[in-house]
Amino acid sequence: MYKIEKKESLNPTVTRMVIQAPFVAKRAKAGQFIILRVREQGERIPLTIADSDPAKGTVTIIFQVVGQTTMLLNEMKEGDSLHDFVGPLGKPSVIDGNKKVCVIGGGVGCAIAYPTAKAFHDAGADVTTIVGFRNKDLVILEKEFTDVSDAYYLMSDDGSVGEKGLVTNKLEDLIQNGEKFDEVIAIGPIIMMKFVSLTTKKYEIPTTVSMNPIMIDGTGMCGGCRLKVGDEIKFACVDGPDFDGHLVDFDEAMSRNMAYRDFETHKREETCNLLSKEVQ
Amino acid sequence: MPNMSPNKMPMPVQDPQVRITNFDEVALGYTKEMAIEEANRCLHCKHQPCVSGCPVNVRIPDFIEKVKTGDFEEAYQIISLTSTLPAICGRVCPQESQCEKECVRGIKAEPVAIGRLERFVADYHRENNDAPFEKPESNGHKVAIVGAGPAGLTCASDLAKLGYQVTIFEALHVAGGVLMYGIPEFRLPKEIVQKEIGHLKEMGVEIITNFVVGRSDSIDSIMEQGYEAVFIGSGAGLPNFMGLPGENCKGVYSANEFLTRINLMKAYKEGSDTPVQHPKKCVVVGGGNVAMDAARCAKRLGAEVHIVYRRSMEELPARKEEVEHAQEEGIIFDLLCNPVKVIGNEDGWCTQIECIRMELGEPDASGRRRPVPIEGSNFLIDIDCMIMAIGTSPNPLIRHTTDGLEVNRKGCFICDEEGLTSRENIYAGGDAVTGAATVINAMGAGKKAAAAIDRKLR
Repeated sequence: MYKIEKKESLNPTVTRMVIQAPFVAKRAKAGQFIILRVREQGERIPLTIADSDPAKGTVTIIFQVVGQTTMLLNEMKEGDSLHDFVGPLGKPSVIDGNKKVCVIGGGVGCAIAYPTAKAFHDAGADVTTIVGFRNKDLVILEKEFTDVSDAYYLMSDDGSVGEKGLVTNKLEDLIQNGEKFDEVIAIGPIIMMKFVSLTTKKYEIPTTVSMNPIMIDGTGMCGGCRLKVGDEIKFACVDGPDFDGHLVDFDEAMSRNMAYRDFETHKREETCNLLSKEVQ
Repeated sequence: MPNMSPNKMPMPVQDPQVRITNFDEVALGYTKEMAIEEANRCLHCKHQPCVSGCPVNVRIPDFIEKVKTGDFEEAYQIISLTSTLPAICGRVCPQESQCEKECVRGIKAEPVAIGRLERFVADYHRENNDAPFEKPESNGHKVAIVGAGPAGLTCASDLAKLGYQVTIFEALHVAGGVLMYGIPEFRLPKEIVQKEIGHLKEMGVEIITNFVVGRSDSIDSIMEQGYEAVFIGSGAGLPNFMGLPGENCKGVYSANEFLTRINLMKAYKEGSDTPVQHPKKCVVVGGGNVAMDAARCAKRLGAEVHIVYRRSMEELPARKEEVEHAQEEGIIFDLLCNPVKVIGNEDGWCTQIECIRMELGEPDASGRRRPVPIEGSNFLIDIDCMIMAIGTSPNPLIRHTTDGLEVNRKGCFICDEEGLTSRENIYAGGDAVTGAATVINAMGAGKKAAAAIDRKLR
């Protein structure tokens, strides 16, 4: 069993948990993910590793409540245990300390962008970070990012915090003002990664995106996480989750990620009712 | 006097119209009387051809002899001498191409129903005498096994019996491999699988789930922790696709994904946490056992199901009984045709497949007649779900993270006859070596490797 050592709310819908999982902690690297089950007969869901501490044997995950399983996960308390927790899965991100990189995070994707920014920073790279949120209430990891960034830009859709605008606006500004990035790493909603990749393509800047498709086993067995990358079909769990942003078919990935949307909404409402009944 | 009936005692089954509405086991098993009557068809031949037809060499005539006299528990003990998972083999082995193929009674009529008798004996034991297995005395040697599927479980069992301290590392959250995620409940109840695995634990085998060898830790690092030998039974888990236009539409599944959602994650149950599509019209591409399993699952979820297979009924690689059961359940066989394109709607869901008719040409390398497309014969089938059951390839995780392990062109480990890989003290067997094959062949390979490991370490 995998004990929850610490739980804290980062914003109204995003939670950080530190989980006791020594095997995973020992080998976890930036860009890799885990699969967990909250309870017996629970669904297997993938979550990217936000941080790890091999000495303490702990792994940090950050998640947004989007469906039934993340809702159940969010109901768990410190001291409770998760039923299953397996990893580290996927290939680690390729980190090159000699580069000047721009790490772009969108929404809860910042939870995944942060370990990547940190890994580049720790390796000696020059790290510019651009993060984007819908509004000021949703901002997460501000201190963590500024600690590992040579430059940090905060954007919001409504202008309630940082600059008003999209991460792509800021990226384009920086490039046009003469910033020369060796690589751009974009992690967040698929639509954001798509537009970052379209932007960098114009300037021919190599771009890496981190894909988070639907998957079951996370070891290459189900093929549910398949993506079109250039002319090839890739499995995000074993070939990724990092891919060349200029080759990924984002529209198809967006469509595939919505395969169970109706089911999810339905289950989540069911769970809500169940939990409210328990409270009564 | 032996029972000279030309036919096997029929297996009682759930009525097809009833069973397509549930996931309960289709075959209900022999009664004692049926088992004894069928056992009496065995001639107890001196040269025992059936034994050599069995990949784990179960002493078939000897156990059947005990069934004749009603000594079912003794019959079980004889099977246990060589087989680890008899309740499973009795259900899923392709007996018609193994033990029963060699049966002397099969020359002029139907062979003895060896598989059904094995199942009966194993079930009798489980229901009447389920004492825990004894833990053998330790011989002080440690062996690690990668993958708790049929190959790994058999290897573990044989080594544990010899006193080895065995640890199995399993990637999923439950042991059993394909027996849990692949083969459906109605063909192999999961409770039976877990019960048989329970016997291994009673013998002292340690099973660590949620551990992906190659990611959670490497083979070399495991060996540094005091394991003197490793057996890799990681299977052939990577699903193949055809590379068709539109194959990434929603509603197109690999058989692995569809079956895993249903069998391992129990998505067929009301209130399951894991979703699965309940299709209305489903096409399954392929003609093997996995295709039959996927088709019969889709049927039970309420779909009209078509098997699309590029050769004819003659060449269907599935076990005969599975094909018959599928036909009884109303699965439609669209033979001699092959999909060329998947057509999706604007939301990205598949709505049609385009197929082309095939004819059989000259025999190919496999000895089967090669299917050749008939030009201009394209036609459309309306669908809302398509399941690709066209085979699997070995998972590259271990070969990518272990130096010096040689693999062939298809990514299968290259082993000698005993299962030894190109690395000292690392053995492999099952689908990881042969590519996708059967449960019993994997068990045979696990058995062989266990014997070789014992010779090496003793």
